Amino acid sequence: MRRPKRPLFLARAPYRRRRLRDAARLLPVLGAFLLLLPLLWTPTSRMAMTSGDVIYFFSVWLALIAFAAAFAPGLRGGDTADDEED
Amino acid sequence: MPFNLLVLSCFLYVAFLFTVAFVVEGRAARGRLGWLRSPLVYTLSLSIYCTAWTFYGAVGYAARSGLEFLTIYFGPTLVFVGWWWLLRKLVRIGRQHHVTSIADLISSRYGKSNTLGVIVTVMAVVAATPYIALQLQSVVLSFGVFASAAPDGSRPLDPGQIAVWVAAGLAAFTILFGTRNLDVREQHHGIVTAIAVEAVVKLVALLAVGSFVVWGVAGGVADVIDRIEAADLSAWQVQPGRWTGLIFLSAAAVICLPRMFQVMVVENEDEGHVARASWAFPLYLMAMSLFIVPIAVVGLDRLPSGSNPDMFVLTLPLAEGQGALAMLAFLGGFSSATSMVIVESIALATMISNHVMIPMWLRLRSGAAAGDDLRQVVLMARRLAIAAVLALGYGYYHVSGGSAALATIGLVAFLGVAQVLPAMLGGIFWRGATRTGAILGLVTGLATWAYTSFLPSFGPGAVLPETVFTQGLMGFAWLRPHSLFGTEAMDPLIHALFWSMALNILAFCLGSLFTFPGPVERLQGAAFVNVFEGAVGPQRWARGRAEPEALLVMAQRILGEETALSLFQSAARAQGKEGFLPDPTPAFLDGLEARLSGSVGAATAHAMISQLVGRATVTVEDLLAVASESAQILEYSARLEAREAELTRTAGALREANDKLTQLSLQKDAFLSQISHELRTPMTSIRAFSEILTEGDLPTEMVVRYGRIIHDEAKRLTRLLDDLLDLSVLENGAVQLTLGLASLQGMIDTALTAARQTRPERDFQVIRDLPSETIYLKTDADRLTQVFINLISNARKYCDSDRPELRIVVRQRAGRVTVDFIDNGKGIPKDSQALIFEKFARLTDANRAGGAGLGLAICREIMTNLGGSVAYVPGQRGAAFRVTVPLRLERLAA
Repeated sequence: MRRPKRPLFLARAPYRRRRLRDAARLLPVLGAFLLLLPLLWTPTSRMAMTSGDVIYFFSVWLALIAFAAAFAPGLRGGDTADDEED
Repeated sequence: MPFNLLVLSCFLYVAFLFTVAFVVEGRAARGRLGWLRSPLVYTLSLSIYCTAWTFYGAVGYAARSGLEFLTIYFGPTLVFVGWWWLLRKLVRIGRQHHVTSIADLISSRYGKSNTLGVIVTVMAVVAATPYIALQLQSVVLSFGVFASAAPDGSRPLDPGQIAVWVAAGLAAFTILFGTRNLDVREQHHGIVTAIAVEAVVKLVALLAVGSFVVWGVAGGVADVIDRIEAADLSAWQVQPGRWTGLIFLSAAAVICLPRMFQVMVVENEDEGHVARASWAFPLYLMAMSLFIVPIAVVGLDRLPSGSNPDMFVLTLPLAEGQGALAMLAFLGGFSSATSMVIVESIALATMISNHVMIPMWLRLRSGAAAGDDLRQVVLMARRLAIAAVLALGYGYYHVSGGSAALATIGLVAFLGVAQVLPAMLGGIFWRGATRTGAILGLVTGLATWAYTSFLPSFGPGAVLPETVFTQGLMGFAWLRPHSLFGTEAMDPLIHALFWSMALNILAFCLGSLFTFPGPVERLQGAAFVNVFEGAVGPQRWARGRAEPEALLVMAQRILGEETALSLFQSAARAQGKEGFLPDPTPAFLDGLEARLSGSVGAATAHAMISQLVGRATVTVEDLLAVASESAQILEYSARLEAREAELTRTAGALREANDKLTQLSLQKDAFLSQISHELRTPMTSIRAFSEILTEGDLPTEMVVRYGRIIHDEAKRLTRLLDDLLDLSVLENGAVQLTLGLASLQGMIDTALTAARQTRPERDFQVIRDLPSETIYLKTDADRLTQVFINLISNARKYCDSDRPELRIVVRQRAGRVTVDFIDNGKGIPKDSQALIFEKFARLTDANRAGGAGLGLAICREIMTNLGGSVAYVPGQRGAAFRVTVPLRLERLAA
C-alpha cells in the first residue's frame, strides 16, 4: 500500500520538532560513545580505573540526564500520527 | 539492637505497605487515583530494576571489580535516554494491543502463537527462579548480620526458617493485591504504589548510609577521593570486552526482564509518562549508585578483611555503632528484595496462567464447562502460579545453599531474559520476522545460554560433569561450555553472551528469511511494526456464524457478568439495537477479542473466540482481497484525479475561446461602424455635390470643379472597396500567389519609384546598401513590392523630420531575409505600437493622407500569406518596420 504523501518542506515549528526528535535519537548513540571512550585511554588490554574515571563517568551520566530532561517536554507534545516517522 | 525489634519493625513495615496498597486499591475502585497516576509514581515503580542485588550487591561488586558495577546502570540509562527509538513504540504497542506480559507480546506479534508464549514463559521462569532465590538469600543474609551482631544473646533464627517466612509472606501479599481482580489491562495500582513507596525507602536508605560514610566516617568528599586513589587498584581493572558486553546486556535486560516489562509497559497509564521517566529514571539510578564506590572503599578500609563486601551497607553502620541507620539500611534492602519478588511473581504468574494453565484447562474441559465462571479459574491459576514461582525460588535457594556471590547470579539471569531481545526487536521493527524464526531463535538462544552460562553456574560437577568442562560434550573439544568453537580467550560471561546472542540472531534471521508467515501473523506483524500509522489491515474476523448468546456467555465467564453485559449492551446500542445481543460483526468480534486478551492473553482470547465463531481466522485470500481492494481504490482515485485535471484544462480552454469570441465580436462591431463611417464620408460629399449639379444654372468652372470632387470621392470610395476586398481575400487565405524568382534590389527600386507619388513635394533622402540587396527571393514579387510601397509611403507621409531620411537595411539570416525601413521621425508612441496593424487604425487625423487606415493591416496579411511577417521595431530613433520574408517560399498545400 502506498503511504499518504507527506509535505516535502515544513514550517519552522514542525521543522524544529523533527530536529529535536533527531537529537533525541542521537543522544543514546553519543552516550554509548562517551561511555566506551575510556576503554581507549589505556594502552593495555585491561584498563585501571582511578577516581578521575569515577568523576568522568558521573559527569557524562549527569549530562545525558540533563539533555534527556531538556528534550522530554518538546517530544511529549507533538505525537500526532501525521507527522510521525519523518 | 534486639533482634526481636528488627523482626517487629519488619512486620510493621510490611503492614504499612499493606495499608498503602489497600488504600490505593480502594481509591482505584472508586476511580479517584489523582496524583497516583503521575509520572513520578511511574518512574519510582521502574526502580524495581534495582533489586537487592543492586542494593547490597553493587557494593560487593565494586569492592571486587571496581567500576564495572556501573555498567549495570549504563545500559538502562542509554535505553531510557533513547526512549524515542524503542520504549515509545513498545509502550504504544502494549497499550494498543492490550499486552499483558512479555510472553503475550511475543505470542501476539507472531500470529497469537501460544507455542511462543510457552517458550518465553519457560525462559522467563528459568531465568527468574535463581533471581528470586537471590532476593530471599539477601534478606536471610541481612537478618544474619543483625543476628550475629546481637550482643544480648537472643536466639538467632534459622536462615532456612527466615527464607520460608519471607517467601510465604511475599506470596500472601502478592496474591492478595496481585490477583484481586482480572483487570482488562492487568494493572495493579495498589502494588505499583507500594513499590513506589519502597523505591523511596531504598533510595533514602542508601543515600543516608552513603552520606554517613562520606561525611561521618571518612572526612568528606576530598578524603574519599584520596582513599579511592590509595585503594588497591589492581582489582580495579576493567576488561574492555566485559565493559562493553555488560552495558549491552543490562540494556537488553531492562527491556526484556518480565518485571521491567510489567511496570514499564503493562502498568503504564499514559504514554507521556515515558517522556518524563526518560530522564527521571536514569537520575534515580545515578542517585542509587552515587555512594557505592565510597561505601566500598571505606568498607574495605575499616572492616576486618574477610568480611562479606555484599553486606557493607549493613555492617558499616553497625560497626560504627549506628543502629538506627543500620535499621534503615536493612529496610531499604528488604524493600528492594520484596518489591522485585512481588512484581516478578505477578508478571510470571500472568504468563504462566495465560499461556500454560488456561490453555491447558480449556483443552481439558473444552465445551463442557460453558457455564462456570472462568474468572475464578484464571484467578486461581494466578494464585497457584504465584505460589509456585515463590516455591521454586525458595527451592532454588534451599538447594544452592545461598553460597554464590550475588552479582554472578544476577548476570546469568540477565543473559537468560536477554534471549527474548532478537525476537522482540525483530517483531516490532521488521515485518519479515516470522513465527518459525522467532521459535528457532528463542530455542537456540535458550539452549546456548543454558549450556554456556546457566548450567555451569552451578559449578563444575553439579549439573554438567567435570569432563564436559575439560574435554567438551561427548568428547568434542569445540563444545566445551566456556570455549565454544575454540574461543578460549573470552571471559566466560562475555563468551556466553556472544555465542548465545549470535546463534540466537542467526537462527532467528535464517528462520524468518526461509519461512512464509501465516495470515494472522502477517496481520499482526503489520499492526505492530506500523503501530504509529494508525489501524492497518483488515478486520481479523469474517462475519462468522457465532451466536451472540454464546459469545455473551463466554465473555461473562472471563470479564464477569456485569462488565460483559454492559460491554454487549453498548455494542448493541452502537449497532442501533436494543437489548444485550449485538450482531457478531467483524468489528464487534475484534473489540471483544481485544477486551478478552487484556485478561487472558492474546493467544487464549483468539482461540476462545475462534472456537465459537467456527471459521478459525482470516485467510491469505482475505488479506489479498483487502490489498487489491485498496489498490483498486487507489487506482480509482488516481483516475478521478486525472479526469479532474483534464476537466480543468478543458474549462480553461473554453474560457479562452469564449474570451476570444467576445473580442472578435467586439472587433466586428467596431469594424462595421468604422467601415460605415468610411463609406459614408465620400458618399455624403458625392450626394451633396451631385444635388448642387442637378439644380443647374451653374457656371461651367463650378460644374467642372464639383464634377472633379465627385470623381475624386468616387475614386476614393473605389480604392477603399478595393482595399477591403483585398483584405478580405488575404484574410481568408484565398489569395492567388504567383511565385517566381525576383531580385530584392529590383523590388525596392520599384517600390521607391512608386512611392515617390506620395507627397512628391518632400525631398526624401534614402540610404541603402546596394550590395546587401543583391538577393534573389522566390516569392510573389508584386505582393512583396506592395508591402514595400506601403511602408515607404507611410514613411513619406508621417515622418515629421525637417530633413527626412529613410534607411533600408537588408540582412540575411538562416533562410530568412529581413528588410528594415527606418526613418528619422518621432516614431510611434509605445502604447500605439500594438494598434497600428489593426484595421482603420490611424494615429492622428492631422496627417491623414487619404488612406483609410487599412495599409498596414493589408501588409500584415500579405506577409502572413508570404510565410513571413511585418513588425514594428522599437528603439530605432524613428519609426522602424521590419519585414521578414523566407528566402524560398514553398507553395503551401492548398
